[in-house]
Amino acid sequence: MHPAVSIILFTTLSGMGFGLLAFLGVGIPRVEGWVAAVFFAIGFALAGGGLLFSSLHLGHPERALKAFTQWRTSWLSREAWASVATLGVVGVFAAALVVFGVRIAPLGWLGAAGCIATVYVTSMIYASLRSVPRWHHWSTSALFLAYSASGGALLAGQRWPAVAVLVVTGVGQFLAWRAGDARYAACGSTVGSATGLGHLGRVRLFEPPHTGDSYLTREMVFVVARKHARKLRSIALLLAVVLPVGLLLLPAFHHLGAAVAVLSHLAGVLCVRWLFFAEAEHVVGLYYGRRPA
Amino acid sequence: MTALPETTERKLGLVIDLDTCVGCHACVIACKGWNTENYGAPLADADAYGADPVGAFLNRVHSFEVEPDSGPAQLFHMPKSCLHCEDAPCVTVCPTGASFKRVEDGIVLVNESDCIGCGLCAWACPYGAREMDPVEKVMKKCTLCVDRIYNENLPEEDREPACVRTCPAGARHFGDLGDPDSAVSQLVEARGGVDLMPEQGTKPVNKYLPPRPRDADIDVLAPYLEPVDAQPKGFLGWLDRALERI
Repeated sequence: MHPAVSIILFTTLSGMGFGLLAFLGVGIPRVEGWVAAVFFAIGFALAGGGLLFSSLHLGHPERALKAFTQWRTSWLSREAWASVATLGVVGVFAAALVVFGVRIAPLGWLGAAGCIATVYVTSMIYASLRSVPRWHHWSTSALFLAYSASGGALLAGQRWPAVAVLVVTGVGQFLAWRAGDARYAACGSTVGSATGLGHLGRVRLFEPPHTGDSYLTREMVFVVARKHARKLRSIALLLAVVLPVGLLLLPAFHHLGAAVAVLSHLAGVLCVRWLFFAEAEHVVGLYYGRRPA
Repeated sequence: MTALPETTERKLGLVIDLDTCVGCHACVIACKGWNTENYGAPLADADAYGADPVGAFLNRVHSFEVEPDSGPAQLFHMPKSCLHCEDAPCVTVCPTGASFKRVEDGIVLVNESDCIGCGLCAWACPYGAREMDPVEKVMKKCTLCVDRIYNENLPEEDREPACVRTCPAGARHFGDLGDPDSAVSQLVEARGGVDLMPEQGTKPVNKYLPPRPRDADIDVLAPYLEPVDAQPKGFLGWLDRALERI
């Protein structure tokens, strides 16, 4: 799949933002006044900013409000509802806390649950697509939630929870990559089933339907730089997990170290998300001579 | 509404004969022509005469080579357009309700004024049947020429999809696949028509007719036919016998 910058930024930033807002919602850290204002501002900037980036992906962003109508069937529509409702609930909670100094705890818990739900719904936009075997699995949602929790714990300055969640996320990501590599072959779609000619012998694309590119090949038959995937996986894990954990384990832990850990994690997750799209093979590639790896 | 209908009154669709298609791409051009000049946003081309041309098409012809375990390879041309699936994943993912499947005839359509151009439906389709228009930024797909098949301003023989009407080989057939007595259903029955990627669970309405067995089958009378030129005669015959004696 084509790794569009807008969706990579959307999933990465909004994931971290909702992660931080979830921690703030349950009162970890238990901030008030100006400190709370700064924490919430970072959370809203990331979550809301990410959502704005997602609108850059649209051909007609001026019609975006129509995306609220089909929540019964569409995960993308549910995403619109979940994110706006969650930002609303957390917004009221934050306003009461910052402006009036009142902590409405149940509202905070509701907001935190909303954050988790929103990240889950975002992940289901991808995990629900059967046509992309690598995504069509519960581990896609599990990892979206794990990265959100990691980023949230780091931003909330929770040293030991962050270490624990980062380690779990790193191991989970490693296992998910291993399992994901085998999923295309297991889905059963081959060039034989795609053409209905498989029973006759070995099927090979003789001539593509067009000599140049098309929307389909650009959007779904993306292969650029996949040869570096293994190196990029290592770099991604190093930046997203190993370096932040190392910094958190330093005996003299202070704000600068935390800031570097957050930035390193952010760069690592951007790399992970680039791979999430670039490595995902769409079955339509079978009509263009691309076989499962 | 992007919920799929439980059932549709009819299942209009195409039957494509892989044994008959000659790969001329006339259906591609007829489709592009009709759907550029009629219903909906025209099918645009971007940078058509430049270095990197790209354009929206609703129907494309792929060519595949099949190499059997023994014998020569065979070449098949495979026109591919929307299969108007009964369980269309492109419809349910649409966040705006722009994509829908009609209850009356099962045609999957896009209401272009509701489309936000998010592209998720094109991702959900395993067949690559949907393409974003490079100029209008709305999703385009085969309408089964919904503006031809019910159009009483056209002569009756033209009330079928442009691709079917234009096919010079008769490789494309249009009809109601929900009616077991229709000509297309009978054809699918007789020729063993198949679904593309049935494992994707989309239940496509369009069917593809596999090639009839040929070349591999030897005529039952073949053993009784004497080879006509087993023994050379004349000069070649003399040469053959002379060389045999050396």
